[in-house]
Amino acid sequence: MGFRNIIGRRLGLGLVRRRKPFSTATCDGDGNGNAKSINLYSAINQALHIALETDNRAFVFGEDVSFGGVFRCTTGLADRFGKARVFNTPLCEQGIVGFGIGLAAMGNRAIAEIQFADYIYPAFDQIVNEAAKFRYRSGNQFNCGGLTIRAPYGAVGHGGHYHSQSPEAFFCHVPGIKVVIPRSPRQAKGLLLSCIRDPNPVVFFEPKWLYRLAVEEVPEHDYMLPLSEAEVIRQGSDITLVGWGAQLSVMEQACNEAEKDGISCELIDLKTLLPWDKETVEASVRKTGRVLISHEAPVTGGFGAEISASIVERCFLRLEAPVARVCGLDTPFPLVFEPFYMPTKNKILDAIKATVNY
Amino acid sequence: MNSASCAAKISTQPFSLNPTSPASHDRPLVSPKPASLFLGSTRKLRLSSSSKLNLHRRSGTVVAVSDVVKQKKSKSTHSLLITKEEGLELYEDMILGRAFEDMCAQMYYRGKMFGFVHLYNGQEAVSTGFIKLLKQQDSVVSTYRDHVHALSKGVPARAVMSELFGKTTGCCRGQGGSMHMFSREHNLLGGFAFIGEGIPVATGAAFTSKYKREVLKEADCDHVTLAFFGDGTCNNGQFFECLNMAALWKLRIVFVVENNLWAIGMSHLRATSDPQIYKKGPAFGMPGIHVDGMDVLKVREVAKEAIGRARRGEGPTLVECETYRFRGHSLADPDELRDPAEKAHYAARDPITALKKYLIENSLASEADLKAIDKKIDEVVEDAVEFADESPVPSQSQLLENVFADPKGFGIGPDGRYRCEDPKFTEGTAHV
Repeated sequence: MGFRNIIGRRLGLGLVRRRKPFSTATCDGDGNGNAKSINLYSAINQALHIALETDNRAFVFGEDVSFGGVFRCTTGLADRFGKARVFNTPLCEQGIVGFGIGLAAMGNRAIAEIQFADYIYPAFDQIVNEAAKFRYRSGNQFNCGGLTIRAPYGAVGHGGHYHSQSPEAFFCHVPGIKVVIPRSPRQAKGLLLSCIRDPNPVVFFEPKWLYRLAVEEVPEHDYMLPLSEAEVIRQGSDITLVGWGAQLSVMEQACNEAEKDGISCELIDLKTLLPWDKETVEASVRKTGRVLISHEAPVTGGFGAEISASIVERCFLRLEAPVARVCGLDTPFPLVFEPFYMPTKNKILDAIKATVNY
Repeated sequence: MNSASCAAKISTQPFSLNPTSPASHDRPLVSPKPASLFLGSTRKLRLSSSSKLNLHRRSGTVVAVSDVVKQKKSKSTHSLLITKEEGLELYEDMILGRAFEDMCAQMYYRGKMFGFVHLYNGQEAVSTGFIKLLKQQDSVVSTYRDHVHALSKGVPARAVMSELFGKTTGCCRGQGGSMHMFSREHNLLGGFAFIGEGIPVATGAAFTSKYKREVLKEADCDHVTLAFFGDGTCNNGQFFECLNMAALWKLRIVFVVENNLWAIGMSHLRATSDPQIYKKGPAFGMPGIHVDGMDVLKVREVAKEAIGRARRGEGPTLVECETYRFRGHSLADPDELRDPAEKAHYAARDPITALKKYLIENSLASEADLKAIDKKIDEVVEDAVEFADESPVPSQSQLLENVFADPKGFGIGPDGRYRCEDPKFTEGTAHV
């Protein structure tokens, strides 16, 4: 369980922000005004406070949210905004999301919390068949754009089968919703506010491993980060690495090690998985000629497959090596063998070398 | 609001409409169906004349079994509810559950076991009261709070402890962990981390028993399935779907609700429109019973009735056991939300203390007998820990086994060995 036991690792350092010429960001959160050093769940908490402050038709609901939630993301909301806006639901994910769709269809901002992404499957039907298709099949008379579903996802070291899953690939296959995954506290706050205010239903996966471990300077004011814009967080010239969420910190470590061997790695945070920013990734691959994708979810049918196929379509002649995917194994998320199952730094490092030396 | 409803639950006498005649709700209202239509779903639609009877049948005659028993008991003080052997068996089982869970907490804080561990302290009466009445072939489906269900069903403490430590000698070879105890030998169908997921599984298992008897003609097959779940689950769709199916097909199942009033931090009373769960049974056409889950003898009496009904083929029962967990939801739960007064109230109703008192007052056992059992169980639990400690950790190739039916798993290289055992395994993209 080695790599992630470092407490308080700062992910804010070493970020290289490359501004896109046509950026639609209202504010990049670039340190204007006060910024405090907080962790991921506090950043999300701030975002929720701001969301409820700025829109009096915003609601937060889910299992155990009123006392603050099992990860403390919703602390203080019930006290501040009242039980009519921040309330617990009974234990029924399908009901929670369906109910959220109804709220959103009537013009409210429904922020539903699913306690663990592993439990989102009963709600999958509502998300795929209702939320994603609401605007389309009503001919734009109704929409549930006000719906945002938040769920903690990903490995946590000891979660086992049902507290560690990464289901983002299932949702990336659904036209009509957006899927967003932040990598750090500053990103999380900005992205969450964008998701809440986006006029489309969004599934927002939060890397639960980073709730306490990731600490970063986060501006206290209201700011949004643009969706569907990937970010190059590390410049390089030999190989492009693409990832999201908690996996980026592992990939960054691998990049650092590869640098010692003289391999210059470019690291891209996709941020929004659906619809994803193909241009940024393609531009990077055109520069380096090699690409490696890494995610915790099992490799077969994972989102890395979509990225790989798209890149090959667009950059076939430029590629110097096959697209590499370093992902979880094709088994249920294990209990005892988590370190063996996960795409660890060493696996990524080996794949970088193999790709560069192809 | 909390304390008022607690007061209501103290006097926990389920209201009885017909105290003297435990109604069987399943006498067919139309002419007896031919033997081949065992599914019942092919029953003809009820005609209007019998629809009134139908309504009456569903109007919620709740059988107060424990009332009947209580009356019987008060009439003749000499007829006790249990014999000495039964009493000691119950005591031993509850002590085993308690000691085991306490040891789990110790081991967890020492880092020997990991993951999410949910302890059963305080609810032993439900597990012991029900499961001790089962045969080996009867099935039990549990939740994530399943250590004690496994122990009561007969899974050896060693196997459970090893499973918790993640060793190969665990009941699931270390692959399941705390929340997924399975045992084919003892017909324990798990261990479900996801609430409500076990209930349809139990329903299917109960169907098998009926199928074996009526279609495969194994005339002596009367296996019963027990499904345990909590109060939070009773707001979940799967619960209602299964109540419907079980009643529709008259399955040999007992739905046991372990109502401990809390779903992590959500009070049952604030999450449920009608907190009296037992009332949901008659809505689907089965009896619903409320029983004091802190009293193992009362639970046992109700369980006898419910399991008996199921065995005779009279259909399912919904039993709501009012119980309480002394610890937090899991070992990671600081348990700050519950009122200390509530906790103290239930601590005073500790099922083990109550049984001990009963046994001693009715001269069924002496202090020495009970102390001997305590000591024996301590040794069993210590032995389980030692065994688990010394057991081997599974080899890495076990990760790839049992994904599909082929027991070798996948990821076998051309040399016939698992690729992951090759020292150069991590090179490349780690595909297996």
